[in-house]
Amino acid sequence: MRWPTFLAIALAVALAVAAVARFYGNEYYFIAAYVVLQYVVLATAWNILGGYAGYVNFGSAAFFAAGAYTTIAFHSVVSLPIPVLIVLGGIVSGVIGFIAGYLTLRLRGVFFAIATLALAVVLQTLIINWDHVGGSRGAYLLRAHEFPYIGSYMQYLFLMMLLLAVVAVSVARLIERSWLGFGLAAIRDDEAAAEASGVPTLRLKLIATTVSGAFMGMAGAPFPYMLGYVDPASAFNLAYAVNAIAMPMIGGTTTWVGPVIGAILLGTIQQVATVTISSAVNLLIVGLVLIGFVILAPNGIVGLFQQWFGKRRAR
Amino acid sequence: MDEEAESLENKGWGPQPAERGTCAGNAGEGMIFSYDLLINAIIAGVLLGGFYVAVTIGISIAFGILDIVNIAHVSFIILGAYIAYFLNVNYGLDPILVSILMLPVFYLLGTAVYQIYYLSFERRGQEALRGLAFFFGLMFVTEVGLILVFGVDYRYVQAAYVGPSLRIGVADFPFRMLIPCVLALVMFGILQLFLSKTYTGRAIMAVSQDALALKLMAVDPIRIKRIAFGISVATAAIAGALLIIIHPVEPAVGREYIGRIFAIAVLGGLGSLPGTVIGAMLLGIMESFTATFYGPSWAPAVSFGFLLLALAFRPQGILGR
Repeated sequence: MRWPTFLAIALAVALAVAAVARFYGNEYYFIAAYVVLQYVVLATAWNILGGYAGYVNFGSAAFFAAGAYTTIAFHSVVSLPIPVLIVLGGIVSGVIGFIAGYLTLRLRGVFFAIATLALAVVLQTLIINWDHVGGSRGAYLLRAHEFPYIGSYMQYLFLMMLLLAVVAVSVARLIERSWLGFGLAAIRDDEAAAEASGVPTLRLKLIATTVSGAFMGMAGAPFPYMLGYVDPASAFNLAYAVNAIAMPMIGGTTTWVGPVIGAILLGTIQQVATVTISSAVNLLIVGLVLIGFVILAPNGIVGLFQQWFGKRRAR
Repeated sequence: MDEEAESLENKGWGPQPAERGTCAGNAGEGMIFSYDLLINAIIAGVLLGGFYVAVTIGISIAFGILDIVNIAHVSFIILGAYIAYFLNVNYGLDPILVSILMLPVFYLLGTAVYQIYYLSFERRGQEALRGLAFFFGLMFVTEVGLILVFGVDYRYVQAAYVGPSLRIGVADFPFRMLIPCVLALVMFGILQLFLSKTYTGRAIMAVSQDALALKLMAVDPIRIKRIAFGISVATAAIAGALLIIIHPVEPAVGREYIGRIFAIAVLGGLGSLPGTVIGAMLLGIMESFTATFYGPSWAPAVSFGFLLLALAFRPQGILGR
């Protein structure tokens, strides 16, 4: 399948999802669907670097928050439409990803992983001490109730996130099947061998880190409008970092389908568990499922399927 | 002394509560920068650095020597802190005594974790991606588990040495900081002797360099690694008790320590325990200065910024191999 065909099919699926959501019309479903889609974008973005190249990013929350706080920083200065804010958030997070990658990607993968952990705390400290965006108190943001032609503002945000998810998944699939994806897979399997056979490893890793960071920022950009309020604790929530890792790991990291399956499955379970049990318990579930999958099913749900249908590819 | 006990009750937590008293003491003089403040900032930094030795030494063994990126180490430390808290509040046991009693338990926990890690990841050569995710999941599960059991309130312990402090001239040595520092350095000394003098210790140092050679000498490298990882986790029991003596603990406190302990381990040079002590002291003094002269809320950024710089420009560390 060529990518324009894929994009068309993805858009059709998205349209169907939007139509179904519209049919039920309950505002809560839009919020829940928005959160799940946000995780689809986050998981897909994480997988571009983590799954394809094998470099673990523990700082997804930092990139997400960078997008959210870009919105806040611009909001108090000039009023911009959401698509523009998404692009701006993507640029800021992409630049952060590029810088962090440039500093640490020349080292072994674990140093990059540790650096991303540190990056999350550095950014959070900067935000806490930056009064313009509310500091540790957080910032309020007023949004309209209605959006022309669409209905409630939540529906508009939901549509934006749906579109973003389609774009993110399409880009991930495009990368996976291009020279970039093959180069990244070579890095994942044996970086020294890849380097020796002429793969420009540093450049490819930098591209992957930048694209991955940019999409995480884009996922975060509409976040302040969704809640109407942002503080460092909610934007830098560890749940984003854990989910961004857990979802692709559970779905399967080597293809674009894995993170989508993982995000929809785990995201929906969490939405249900938050409502029916408690938010602490649902995070516990995510952690346990993550541990269980990495030990018992290292190739995720996609890997299990491949095993059952007997066409398991050698990794 | 009563004042200090009171200030302990109502203080918000920060990694350097020691300077708070100092700042208040100097406030009357109306000076932004003073000699006393400088001396006390250095002392607080050294004491803090000593404590950082205790939290980092486990990572120096696991990450530096065994090459196991145990990011769940901090949650073992927090677990140790909560065990000390629980036994202290309910049975009045001394937190340090509790931590020593807990050493075998944590050692066994460590060997069990290593066994799972070895069978699931190391043997299959998947430690890079999935091993990291495993420890990350472990960290997260421990944190959420502690939240479910103890809630998110700050907990602290009571012991005779938590309140008072030792004054020599203008210098202020709170026992709350002094005792952890001394104990951490004792622990470092014992481990350093163990690693350099005993047969098992030297086997641990050897396994990091050449596991195959060890095998040829009829030593099982997996057994040696299991012992070493057990020891690494056992240090978390002590570090946890020291942590809750120094400042109140809530389950998410561990996150602030992840970057810090890796910064110290990398900065000092992976695989070198004396390097860890140097790295810990440097970071302790830097954080103390930042907290004293710029405000405590900036302290984490400094240490993590330092980690990023260390990774970017000298990843082999000060005493690196």
